[in-house]
Amino acid sequence: MTALLEPRTTVRSGRRARRRRSVVVTAVLAVIAFALFVLTMMVGSYVVSPVDVIASAFMLKDDPAVDFVVRDLRLPTASAALAVGLALGVSGYVFQKLLGNPLASPDFVGVSSGASLFAVSSIVLFNASSLVVSGSALAGALLASLVIYLLAWRDGISGYRFILIGIGVSQLLLSLVGYIITRADLYEAREAMTWLVGTIGQAGAGELRTLLVALAILVPVALVLERPLRALELGDDTARGLGSRVEINRLVLLALSIVLIGFSTAVAGPIMFVALIAAPIAQRLTGPAGGVLAAGLVGAVIVLAADLVSEQVLPTALPTGVVTGLVGAPYLIWLLATVNREGRGG
Amino acid sequence: MTQTSAAAVEAAPRHRSRAALASGLVLLAVVLAVVCFFSITLGSRGVGIPTIWKAFTDYDPSAASQTVIREMRVPRTLIGLFAGAALGLSGVILQGVTRNPLADPGIMGINAGAAAFIVFGIMVLGAQDVSTYVWFAFAGAGVATVTVYAIASLGREGATPVKLALAGAAVTAILSSVTSAIVMTNVEALNELRFWQVGSLAGRYFPVFWQTVPFLVVGLIVALGTGRALNGLALGEDLAVALGQRVKLTRVVMFVTVAVLCGAATAACGPIVFIGLIVPHAARLLCGPDYRWMLAYTLLLTPTVLLLADILGRVAVAPGELQVGVVLGVLGAPAFILLVRYRNLAEL
Repeated sequence: MTALLEPRTTVRSGRRARRRRSVVVTAVLAVIAFALFVLTMMVGSYVVSPVDVIASAFMLKDDPAVDFVVRDLRLPTASAALAVGLALGVSGYVFQKLLGNPLASPDFVGVSSGASLFAVSSIVLFNASSLVVSGSALAGALLASLVIYLLAWRDGISGYRFILIGIGVSQLLLSLVGYIITRADLYEAREAMTWLVGTIGQAGAGELRTLLVALAILVPVALVLERPLRALELGDDTARGLGSRVEINRLVLLALSIVLIGFSTAVAGPIMFVALIAAPIAQRLTGPAGGVLAAGLVGAVIVLAADLVSEQVLPTALPTGVVTGLVGAPYLIWLLATVNREGRGG
Repeated sequence: MTQTSAAAVEAAPRHRSRAALASGLVLLAVVLAVVCFFSITLGSRGVGIPTIWKAFTDYDPSAASQTVIREMRVPRTLIGLFAGAALGLSGVILQGVTRNPLADPGIMGINAGAAAFIVFGIMVLGAQDVSTYVWFAFAGAGVATVTVYAIASLGREGATPVKLALAGAAVTAILSSVTSAIVMTNVEALNELRFWQVGSLAGRYFPVFWQTVPFLVVGLIVALGTGRALNGLALGEDLAVALGQRVKLTRVVMFVTVAVLCGAATAACGPIVFIGLIVPHAARLLCGPDYRWMLAYTLLLTPTVLLLADILGRVAVAPGELQVGVVLGVLGAPAFILLVRYRNLAEL
């Protein structure tokens, strides 16, 4: 009797241990993200103590001088970094699980290029305000994704076809971006290039609020849909066998991922590599039980740290996207090498 | 799986007779000559044959139309010819050596590698003219080729189309963020880069041509000689070894050739995507699977396409100009998508 029960209890305790690890790691990530969030608001030409930052940002105490620095100057940037990072992390996680490829990222498969083309056009051709730029970035991301989805549709969506067609569409869009930048005068070209590299803290309050609302709605949805996502990972037939409505679930999850990346691109421009590397890092830290939330938090940590580096450490302030690009590069190569060795690269 | 391989057999081009293939080649050469002629005559300033004749026999530097011919249209056409041939043959070799139908100097990030290194050479190390920065282009193309292929071929299945394309896209993204980091700090550099980055034959004069042409010629000659080896590799590595090929050496030679060709082409006209992917497939449709013929067909076909795209860009928005990189980006993408949707990707 005991002999029969034993394997089951080991399986169960193993599962419990994995879940415990993932919960602990996720909590630690949340703490780190919060610490960086606070740190971002502490440093600068006028240093504020962490207690004052927290008291001011959460409206616990009123002190006009500190409030001005923290709430008016630094809180928007800090929350933009946090929100953009979360959105990119969650989006990348869902995207990669959905397409069954740890190397797939919205950066490379046309979503960000669509946002870039629309945003750059609105900057160069219509001299648009930042709200319009953000709006057109979102529209571009959605439109490009829709086009890729339709082009890749052939009795359903297969991961590899979606990725390849996305890369093709992306090349097309990027050549148009290049053309529009040649048509601009130098000032606009510079503005467009800055946007193209991705910068935290240039967006207005309106865009940021939209992103925060989107996160408040979409992250819980992503958490709810985590089960169907895991079912889809097992392959369409198995997922169907488990009672999952495959195409609808895939469409909803894909839309969620794309809307998130669209909103975050609208706020900060295409910040490179975060969507790509957040999920694999999270997975490595949490083990197989980790999920959406851990990936989002890793994304937030990366963007907050990159923003701190670009603002405080570098001699000349470079756009945040350059920092994530330079930091992401070696990691990416290592990641490509290791996931490929395990034969999961597609 | 059986279904797809049956489809592959059906779709495989028939072998054609030697005479038919040779006459096809002659026809392509005639078409290319005609396109070259249009490339010299058409443009925002139309020029007649007498003027062209005069420009070379009895050159009058004060006549603007003769200067346009000698200093702009002819070098532009020549660079289009050589750069086109270089990109096309690189595509054939890459597709053959990686046995991957989606291998392309643009998709694999090779052009982007050359571009990033050129920008680095100009902005950081102060390289002045093409003859200096062509070396940066080779280095960049080489680094990108090796990195992308090495990354993609790790793992059990080797360099699958998806992995190769993703690795290329990722490396391109890295390189472009390095490029941006350099350029963001310097307005003049940005101004230069934005025109160079789209890939164009405009403003390429004789100095550029003379400085890149030796590399292109050597690269093209070596590339044309790889037909037999590519045919061997197409049979599979084991069989190629059994047939007495030194597969590893061949691979190295081929990758070096690709790096030289792409580097020189990029130094001459900026990064151009899709053409090295699409034209070899068109050539395969025309002449069948023998790589020796495919190389010859591509050699003539790619410059034709490149110059046509260039002419189209000049005529479409005259008196302005649509850079050839943009034209090919717009026309190449649909062809790429068709290829992904309708061709059996396990075919090479």
